[in-house]
Amino acid sequence: MAKILEKKELAPRTHYLRVHAPVIATHARPGQFVIIRLHEKGERIPLTIADSDSSVGSITLIVQEIGGTTKQIALLRTGDDIRDVLGPLGAPSEIENFGTVVLLGGGFGIAAIHPIAKALRQAGNTIISIVGARTKHLLIMEREMQAVSHEFVVMTDDGSYGRMGLVIEPLREMIEQGRAIHRVVAIGPLPMMRAVAELTRPHGIPTVVSLNPVMVDGTGMCGGCRVTVGEHTKFACVDGPEFDAHLVNFDELAARSRMYREFEELHVCRIEERLQQHEVPQGVAGQ
Amino acid sequence: MTLTPQERMKIPRHPLPAQPPELRVQCFAEVALGYDEQTAREEAMRCLQCKRPYCVDGCPVAIDIPGFLKEIVAGNIDVAAAIIKKTNSLPSICGRVCPQETQCEERCVLAKKGQPVAIGALERFVADYDRRYRLTKPEVTVKASGKKIAVVGSGPAGLTAAGTLAQMGHAVTIFEALHEPGGVLVYGIPEFRLPKEIVREEVSSLLDLGVEFNLNVLVGRTLTIDELFAAGYSAVFLAPGAGVPQFMGIPGENLNGVSSANEFLTRVNLMKAFLFPEYDTPVYCGKHVAVIGGGNTAMDAARTAKRLGPEKVYIVYRRSEKEMPARREEIEHAKEEGIEFMCLTAPVAYHSNSRGWVEEMECIRMELSEPDESGRRRPVPVPNSNFRVPVDTVIVAIGAKTNDLIVKTTGGLTVAKKGYLLVDPETQMTTRPGIFAGGDIAGGEATVIAAMGQGRVAAHSIHRYVLERG
Ligand SMILES: Cc1cc2nc3c(=O)[nH]c(=O)nc-3n(C[C@H](O)[C@H](O)[C@H](O)COP(=O)(O)OP(=O)(O)OC[C@H]3O[C@@H](n4cnc5c(N)ncnc54)[C@H](O)[C@@H]3O)c2cc1C
Ligand SMILES: Cc1cc2nc3c(=O)[nH]c(=O)nc-3n(C[C@H](O)[C@H](O)[C@H](O)COP(=O)(O)OP(=O)(O)OC[C@H]3O[C@@H](n4cnc5c(N)ncnc54)[C@H](O)[C@@H]3O)c2cc1C
Ligand code: SF4
Ligand code: SF4
Ligand code: FES
Repeated sequence: MAKILEKKELAPRTHYLRVHAPVIATHARPGQFVIIRLHEKGERIPLTIADSDSSVGSITLIVQEIGGTTKQIALLRTGDDIRDVLGPLGAPSEIENFGTVVLLGGGFGIAAIHPIAKALRQAGNTIISIVGARTKHLLIMEREMQAVSHEFVVMTDDGSYGRMGLVIEPLREMIEQGRAIHRVVAIGPLPMMRAVAELTRPHGIPTVVSLNPVMVDGTGMCGGCRVTVGEHTKFACVDGPEFDAHLVNFDELAARSRMYREFEELHVCRIEERLQQHEVPQGVAGQ
Repeated sequence: MTLTPQERMKIPRHPLPAQPPELRVQCFAEVALGYDEQTAREEAMRCLQCKRPYCVDGCPVAIDIPGFLKEIVAGNIDVAAAIIKKTNSLPSICGRVCPQETQCEERCVLAKKGQPVAIGALERFVADYDRRYRLTKPEVTVKASGKKIAVVGSGPAGLTAAGTLAQMGHAVTIFEALHEPGGVLVYGIPEFRLPKEIVREEVSSLLDLGVEFNLNVLVGRTLTIDELFAAGYSAVFLAPGAGVPQFMGIPGENLNGVSSANEFLTRVNLMKAFLFPEYDTPVYCGKHVAVIGGGNTAMDAARTAKRLGPEKVYIVYRRSEKEMPARREEIEHAKEEGIEFMCLTAPVAYHSNSRGWVEEMECIRMELSEPDESGRRRPVPVPNSNFRVPVDTVIVAIGAKTNDLIVKTTGGLTVAKKGYLLVDPETQMTTRPGIFAGGDIAGGEATVIAAMGQGRVAAHSIHRYVLERG
């Protein structure tokens, strides 16, 4: 059991949870994630460790509501318990002094980019961050990202805040201007990561993306998270989740992420039904 | 009632009653039903009480088989249970899943006529009776040693070592990555073959012995072995199994609809996907299912799939049925349940529809040539014999590899071939003093009983090791 020490809504359908997990907090490194299971009947889902504080033994999770489990997370409150938290999982990000690093974050990807940006900054890199959201009120962690960046750009799809357009635009301009960029890290929706990979490929800029295939155990036991990277099949939960963007087979990944879609839609209907009847499974939505 | 050997030999072997196939494929209830007391007694009477009991040589933990059979005949089930438990702490599990036909029963003198004593079924009877009436209860009878021992992994090897060490007075903590203890017993072997209630009871008897379970800890990531030593553990027993699923590396293996048996079985067994949407985890099972492989895992995957309601389930195996490594009983049960066997057949590619889902399996026929190192005849492809079968679900069950996480994060361990940990077979100690290993990680025979046997051996050497060090 892990207690939720703090829970708040950062933006519509985006939730901040600080969870008591002392051993994970002291071991977590940027780029790693946890697998949680809310209750006895719950699914195991992966979530990035957005921050950790070993002094109070807490980790921070930023969760976007998309389906059955994340909608149940939305209902949790400070003081509730999460039944199982396993981590830290995955290989940590490569942190070195590369020179100038451009980090791109979209949606909950911003939460995943933040600890990496912080560590890269500490390692002496020049940090250029480009973060994006559909619209102004969906943008998360602006202040935190700005604090770790030497240069900071905000993009919104509708132009309600920052510049209008996709996060890839400023990167394209920087490349066209011939700015020295030693590394690019992109975390966000698949189409965004893929576009970044295509943009940097002809320029040979080393580019890292953090993949989020469907996972079950997170320990290398099921192979459900397998992705094709270059010639090889890799298990994202142990070999990743970060990989060389230029070698990732995005077509396959996109198809595989859709594998359970029909089920999930059925499931979400069920959960909404449950919520309407106020029949919420044990361990969720405490009083 | 005493019978002459001739009279005993005339009694035919009693088949183990089972649920009828039509009913059992509609649910996950246990298939084999077990003997009643009367049948058990009559079956036990078939034993000739050999002076030189070859059956015992066939049991990896050397259970005194004629000893416990005699007690069944005499009606002393509690004594029979005590005899079994001297060397086997999980008999209700072994009685169900041991490949008896290649172990104890193969060596039984009556096997020559094809009618060995049903040792496994009788072991199961005794163990179930013992559990039902709580005849034997494990206890810690010695005084606490003051030593802390860490066990990594809660499969049969870890559970056995933990129980044995606890009874020797040590403070044992099991570290398990998953949210439920049991290893393959809970995530792999299905409910209809091994009810999870039995595993839970075994776990609770370890709790009674004072064993602590620390779930959701992936050793190598959450904690390292060196941190365990630093936290005061005097020795570590590694039993993480060999759980990494292998794939064939053929085109189309990453298509939607293709998964490993581990993923499929974990979703259904551990996550209870067969109860979706009451349980949150889904599992995909289409109309035409192909399971690749011929071992226990393949049979379990095929029979599990069958219960999810597809039209056809195939077992695709590259050798002939005779070479299948699965337990005989599983093969028979699979056939009774309507699973179609495509032997001497190997998949070479999977073809997809326009949405990235598998739609067809392309296979090649095989023939057997001369025996290979494993003693089995090597399958070779028949040229130009390719053919296609429509399938929308493929479950790959061709074996497992070791996970190198612990080796990579722990100094001083040596791996032998295929990533197995190198251990001294006498003591199960690895190349690093104080670290022992057993079960599938140490390259055992990949059976529950072999894993348990190594867990027991390791427990005894850990006991000696920690006492010697004072
Ligand atoms: C390593 C890793 C780190 C992650 N970190 C975070 C995080 O920090 N915050 C966060 O909000 N989410 C994160 N995710 C994604 C998160 O795990 C999924 O959103 C979650 O599993 C969805 O569960 P659900 O039951 O709510 O939705 P479901 O009902 O399972 O799915 C709803 C829809 O989303 C799709 N989907 C399911 N799983 C994923 C996935 N893994 N990626 C993309 N689409 C998916 C489904 O096909 C379906 O269409 C991460 C995923 C991985 C693999
Ligand atoms: C589907 C299937 C059916 C089978 N059927 C039979 C059968 O009928 N009869 C038979 O005799 N054998 C059978 N086997 C084989 C048998 O189950 C195994 O040989 C046996 O379970 C091995 O036991 P073990 O203790 O070594 O490991 P496992 O049972 O594999 O357990 C290992 C445990 O360690 C945990 N773990 C792994 N890494 C870590 C880590 N780093 N930190 C913490 N925990 C970790 C795992 O989560 C797991 O719970 C079957 C196997 C499978 C997969
Ligand atoms: S433990 Fe297995 S091999 Fe030993 S007697 Fe029992 S069934 Fe036979
Ligand atoms: S070999 Fe067969 S008949 Fe002889 S003691 Fe063993 S079980 Fe009995
Ligand atoms: S999630 Fe199961 S192997 Fe990666």
